[in-house]
Amino acid sequence: MNSVGEACTDLKRDYDQCFNRWFAEKFLKGDRSGDPCTETFRKYQLCVQKAIKEKDIPVDGVEFMGPNKDKPES
Amino acid sequence: MCGLQRRTTVVFLFGCRPLLLRSGADMGRYFHSEVDIKSPWHQVLVAFWQRYPNPHSAHVLTEDVLYREVTPSNHLLSRKLMTKTNRLPGWAERIFPTHMARAVYILEDSIVDPQTNTFITKTWNLNHNTLMTVVERCLFQEDICRPSWTKLRREAWIFSNVYGLARPIQEFGLARFKSNQTKAMRGLEFALTRIQTEAPPHFHNDQEEPPDKHKPLPPQTTPTSSQTPRQCV
Repeated sequence: MNSVGEACTDLKRDYDQCFNRWFAEKFLKGDRSGDPCTETFRKYQLCVQKAIKEKDIPVDGVEFMGPNKDKPES
Repeated sequence: MCGLQRRTTVVFLFGCRPLLLRSGADMGRYFHSEVDIKSPWHQVLVAFWQRYPNPHSAHVLTEDVLYREVTPSNHLLSRKLMTKTNRLPGWAERIFPTHMARAVYILEDSIVDPQTNTFITKTWNLNHNTLMTVVERCLFQEDICRPSWTKLRREAWIFSNVYGLARPIQEFGLARFKSNQTKAMRGLEFALTRIQTEAPPHFHNDQEEPPDKHKPLPPQTTPTSSQTPRQCV
């Protein structure tokens, strides 16, 4: 899948692979030993945030869970 | 419901008199559905993160994660940005030609709670709001009566502020949403099938143990969606 920043697709792929592994093997199994993807995420974000600014995509200041703020149901 | 702000904007069309846009009394359209997915909750989530691209997602052009955090209460928060094609019917293209020029930017925020096996997503468009806003909320929950199944409750609110055209725009929006949610389910099923049938070299290496605790093996390997009664028998 492509990133919105054309130059970021490889960095995105690296991060996605790291996240998918961590999510299935650690997070879902209750392992809280930390995030191995911090560095790959940082590199990916440097790239994608630049692309977002260049394309003027209005993501800044948008509240988490957006319209009609949501909370997880029990 | 989403609040509508009062505003008035004048739009000049080619050779036509100006259209006045202002908040209308129409509260929009509401959609909801409940689907039973024949796969366990944790597997649905693994597939959810890997669902793009798939044969039914040609309209999704890009996908990016902008934010992730594990909270002190062990909830996983995520924000994704997607761009999708903006397909309008012919009559809308003629009235709103500038809207065709740009893709739709969509945010998808989500919360995974592994303590309760619930996953909530909230998705909405960041642009084209002068034409229409669509907010979708999905709740994926482990089926407590059948733990190898997952319940998906999907809701959407579709509304338009365009004076005099809100109803046909909302009807179009609702029809497109229904079409997209069918594609979304097929895309999720595609990802689930792929996860269930491929060997998992991605998920372990020489240093790690192979997955064992969360080995989901429902009787049938092909996930299907179906409407079934909700009561535990």
